[in-house]
Amino acid sequence: MTRIDDYPEAAKSAVTVRGLVKHYGRTKALDGVDLDVREGTVMGVLGPNGAGKTTLVRILSTLITPDAGQAVVAGHDVVRQPRQLRRVIGLTGQYASVDEKLPGWENLYMIGRLLDLPRKAARARADEMLERFSLTEAARRPAGTYSGGMRRRLDLAASMVGRPAVLFLDEPTTGLDPRTRNEVWDEVARMVGDGVTVLLTTQYMEEAEQLASELTVVDRGKVIAGGRIEDLKATVGGRTLRIRPADPLHLRPLAAALDELGVTGLATTTVDAESGSVLVPVLSDEQLTAVIGAVTARGITLAAVTTELPSLDEVFLSLTGHRASAPQDAVPADTREEVAV
Amino acid sequence: MSAATVTPDARIPLRGHLRHTGALVRRNLLWIRQDPESLFDAVLMPIVFTLLFVYVFGGSIGQALGGGQDQYVQYVVPGLLAMMSLTMAQGVGTGFNQDFNSGVMDRFRSLPIGRGSVLIAKIVVELARMLVATAILLAVGVLVGFDITNWGGLVAAVALAAAFGSGLMWVFLTLGVTMKNVQSVQAMGFLVMMPLQFGSSVFAPPSSMPGWLRAFTDYNPVSALADASRGLMTGGPVAHDLWLTLAWSAALTAVMAPVAVHKFRTKS
Repeated sequence: MTRIDDYPEAAKSAVTVRGLVKHYGRTKALDGVDLDVREGTVMGVLGPNGAGKTTLVRILSTLITPDAGQAVVAGHDVVRQPRQLRRVIGLTGQYASVDEKLPGWENLYMIGRLLDLPRKAARARADEMLERFSLTEAARRPAGTYSGGMRRRLDLAASMVGRPAVLFLDEPTTGLDPRTRNEVWDEVARMVGDGVTVLLTTQYMEEAEQLASELTVVDRGKVIAGGRIEDLKATVGGRTLRIRPADPLHLRPLAAALDELGVTGLATTTVDAESGSVLVPVLSDEQLTAVIGAVTARGITLAAVTTELPSLDEVFLSLTGHRASAPQDAVPADTREEVAV
Repeated sequence: MSAATVTPDARIPLRGHLRHTGALVRRNLLWIRQDPESLFDAVLMPIVFTLLFVYVFGGSIGQALGGGQDQYVQYVVPGLLAMMSLTMAQGVGTGFNQDFNSGVMDRFRSLPIGRGSVLIAKIVVELARMLVATAILLAVGVLVGFDITNWGGLVAAVALAAAFGSGLMWVFLTLGVTMKNVQSVQAMGFLVMMPLQFGSSVFAPPSSMPGWLRAFTDYNPVSALADASRGLMTGGPVAHDLWLTLAWSAALTAVMAPVAVHKFRTKS
């Protein structure tokens, strides 16, 4: 059995994963995953449904045990020291993991007590967390009556009661509207500011870009790419230019002109008639400049030019050559309906 | 946070277990406060069953016992105590299964608490509900003429029913963890419960039952509990049934508690 001492980087690493394997019947939810999260950083684990993201988080938070491989979180082995490990982690799952029948305050107080805080300290911590996550007014209401965003904030508060060293966020904004999603992002950014190490899973490149400094892309239980976000974006060819002419009548001529230019990034130039803009994928700054030059040469007045990050689909297309969709023959390993065997 | 060679996992001290169980009991009690209707079964069941059995079957079974309705009241109230312990134990399975539909179980399992605490808290609260049901049963029983001859015995009978009930709860908690949804837990619980409840000496003396059924009722622990309660509350021989019930309670707990905790621990 490999010891963590064999990995010199483990000292600075808050999460170290080596060769992690988890099977569900014939489905390989995780098929040899390696991962390092440095202390105080945010690691984004990006992948489609069924890629194994949730399985990874469930193993790292000791909810399930791996079939093979090793994982160490904050210095504790997930298999051999689960109790010590649980003391230093926080977990926010895909579904709000709070007791909906209990008021917000009672949820946090209960968790404080379960983390062995004395009564008085647990009470103070519950008040403090509600205040911090702007839930003080809803303290006495059952969590079931909360809005989606409030529930997610309570969930984050619950994860933070124990002042964790490592926080696992499993698709923290799935199912939230854009405004609420921004709220959650702000909260996560604040927690990172406090020095918490975060491992977050997401299906959205935008979310990874917003929160994470490093990225691990997973597909069908395997890591297919990893590294700093900027590097990864360069690898996948980064951006899509969204160009909106001031006069909608210029839309078609503009698209024709850009087609002629022959800039082909990951996809071809497309017209988004609804927003009255042309979408041009570009691979480099040179291409971007060439596009703008071509537009200027035609004398077309522009109302807006924005750059957009590639979608998960585009990232996948460039990394794997196939679209980001769950393998059809596989049982989704991430569902919570998984029965005990 | 320094990486170290692997040291053995921390143990949870007894005080820690008590603290965790206490926090979880509080949670389950708050549910009742939030939703008082969840106590309806504990309140209504003893009333409905006592009135139903005493007034519908009381006359004729009482006659067979060599008396009348009064004699049947003496017979059935201790029996209903045994039934209550069975029914309340069954309910704990469905409640526990529902818990898994919310993410809160994941939260518990990611906290540094003993897995047993979550289950024991459920049992403690269910026993409290059982006490409520028992108090109401006795009150209604006295109203319809139940004559308690031995108060010490009454307390002993209630304790015995609680012991047996908590043993059974481990069985139903196991079902609650293993089964996919509430419906299957209910169906399974019903299948287990019906023969145990009616194929026993709870409602009627087995002496008039056919031989094969008597063989079943003789081995049915619910009969032992009912007969022991009867002896304790109204006088009569108890020793054999008392020991039998205690043995069943201990055996159920010893076998099923580790199974339930293991199933809970490994549920993915």
